Amino acid sequence: MKFLLTLILFTALTVTGYASETVPLQEARINVADKTSLLRGAKHFVTYCLGCHSAKYMRYLRIAIDTSVDQSIVLKEIAPDGASIYDRLQSAMNKHDAEKWFGTQPPDLSLIARSRGADWLYSYLKSYYIDTTRPFGVNNLVFEDTAMPNPLWQLQGDQQAEHRKTIWGGYTELVSKENGQLTEREFNQFVNDLVNFLVYVGEPMQQERRSLGKYVIFFLVIFLIIAYLLKKEYWQDIYKKKS
Amino acid sequence: MKINRLALCGNWILERFPLAKVWNEHMTHYYAPRNFNFWYFFGSLALLVLVNQFITGILLTMNYKPDAKLAFDSVEYIMREVDWGWLIRYMHSTGASAFFIVIYLHMFRGLMYGSFKQPRELVWIFGMLLFVCLMAEAFMGYLLPWGQMSYWGAQVIISLFSAIPIIGDDLSLWVRGDYVVSDATLNRFFAFHVISVPLILVMLVFLHIVALHEVGSNNPDGIDIKKYKDEQGIPLDGIPFHPYYTVKDIVGVGVFLLFFATVIFYMPEMGGYFLEHANFIPADPLKTPEHIAPVWYFTPFYAILRAIPDKFAGVIGMGGAIVVLFLLPWLDRNPVRSIRYRGGIFKKALVLLVLSFIGLGYLGTQPATPELTFFARILTVVYFGFFILMPIYTRWEKTKPLPTRVTEEHSLEEQLHTFEEHLPALLDELSEVKNTGTEIGDPAFRSSFFSQRPTAEGISHVLTRWVKKIITSLD
Repeated sequence: MKFLLTLILFTALTVTGYASETVPLQEARINVADKTSLLRGAKHFVTYCLGCHSAKYMRYLRIAIDTSVDQSIVLKEIAPDGASIYDRLQSAMNKHDAEKWFGTQPPDLSLIARSRGADWLYSYLKSYYIDTTRPFGVNNLVFEDTAMPNPLWQLQGDQQAEHRKTIWGGYTELVSKENGQLTEREFNQFVNDLVNFLVYVGEPMQQERRSLGKYVIFFLVIFLIIAYLLKKEYWQDIYKKKS
Repeated sequence: MKINRLALCGNWILERFPLAKVWNEHMTHYYAPRNFNFWYFFGSLALLVLVNQFITGILLTMNYKPDAKLAFDSVEYIMREVDWGWLIRYMHSTGASAFFIVIYLHMFRGLMYGSFKQPRELVWIFGMLLFVCLMAEAFMGYLLPWGQMSYWGAQVIISLFSAIPIIGDDLSLWVRGDYVVSDATLNRFFAFHVISVPLILVMLVFLHIVALHEVGSNNPDGIDIKKYKDEQGIPLDGIPFHPYYTVKDIVGVGVFLLFFATVIFYMPEMGGYFLEHANFIPADPLKTPEHIAPVWYFTPFYAILRAIPDKFAGVIGMGGAIVVLFLLPWLDRNPVRSIRYRGGIFKKALVLLVLSFIGLGYLGTQPATPELTFFARILTVVYFGFFILMPIYTRWEKTKPLPTRVTEEHSLEEQLHTFEEHLPALLDELSEVKNTGTEIGDPAFRSSFFSQRPTAEGISHVLTRWVKKIITSLD
């Protein structure tokens, strides 16, 4: 009996342990070849993220080149006032202030998509909910007790966390409490563009890498065929000798 | 006239330098067994990867800065602003993993066909020294990007030295050059990674090949080809390494490069195994990552380290897992080399070794929960059991009689041909002709390929036959 009890307790613990650890992520639709999405994402980034976060390995010039848009348009439409095309996407907030205000310096976002993954970012930005116990009044389902306030609250509106009970233990669902400036569809598109841009910023040459790969592999296939025919030609005498 | 001059010039060199002699000895008059199979590609591929690492590594040092403040930025500078920098860097990072894949397969070949046995013990020892050097090279190279995983991985591994009694703390301090991994560590690791270890690697490769060419290559049959020679003293089953194996190895190179290029251009991170996700965050000495895992090629040894409860014993265990490999030529008491003629007990033991190594490799990437640690302990016992029990079980082996001459390897065409011959019978067995509707009741149509449906009975029949075949092949 005791054994049975421990067994049940043990399995229950492992199951709930698993359940509390993983929040299922929502899937971001990433397509870095979609230049208009990248430009929208860049605009969103500069408007909503650059206040606190830099992307210091990225230059405005690179955005212009990779999206085939004129430099003057990038400067006028995307870059903040007074930025030069050669400037990096550097935040104006300094480390001292950041630590005073948020307790920590907001991380550089150049490589965030490579360390966290697109789906995580997409889910994270959509998973803020009202929590009055937190300093900024919000908490996040994907990243609990995050130090970051919700920068997109005006667009998304407020969400509330509701706990649903199931036979397996339960899960938390976010429900809209107050509508924002964007509809749900528009907001999803907004976040998706932003994440798409971050994925691009993580590895700006990725389009070039993929398109170059085709030619390299084509060359290698031709190389392999010729190498194989050469080998066959030489080895004919070896196989002949044996018969 | 001009050609004559060139020839004279060539002769001038040949009279003073044994170029032709070396070429003949190691290429055109080096007789390798004619029956090399797929497993014999990996030696030459290891050399190819080594050259790749040298060239791309030299190019990377031109823009990399071994400085704790600049290292991470300089890597991103290479990735973004240096012309073709991303390609060079991915070639180097993918090359590191490819090196271990190739070397593990190369070592497995040696285990399978008994290439470590008399008279090739020294070839094996040099090879093992190469493996240890390669691990050191990879470990130190991994610190250089100065990401979180670089930093904390190095921190964990160097702290292992401190587990050694009495001298431990001073030793780890001496290795790091500081109380924590820092700029001093980065600088010395750079020096080792770029100069000393590569030099040792090249020297060991030279010794490995010289030692091999002195005793001659082993082969999948594990028999000595030098027993039967023709009138000129050339082994009857030997063929000149050049051109036969050079052209064959080029085919291997082509196949390898196809895989290599696919990774570089389409999946350079390899799902976080070749480039770990956490390594895209700059090193932060104040923030320990939740889960520290070494790169995949170290995980089997890391799992052994974690499986053993005591830290010092764990370090001994991890080191021991590599040391036992050195002792292999003397642990194996069976004179038969190739797995083809060895007893079932060795074949089963080898399967267990491979399973335990892969299992430990997987467990090393996972967080150490009590359940997983339990599995890691079992697999550690299996891993060491293969080696420690070897002197005993290799004596019991019932070996099969050895052939006097090597068995022929079939060419790719022949293999495809036999496959083609067997395919229709196999398909017939797997499927049955279903009666189609009355409208298309034409007998010609009914017997066609399209009206065949797979049957559960046929599939289970074929599967049980295959499983039986595999089981009997282990006897």
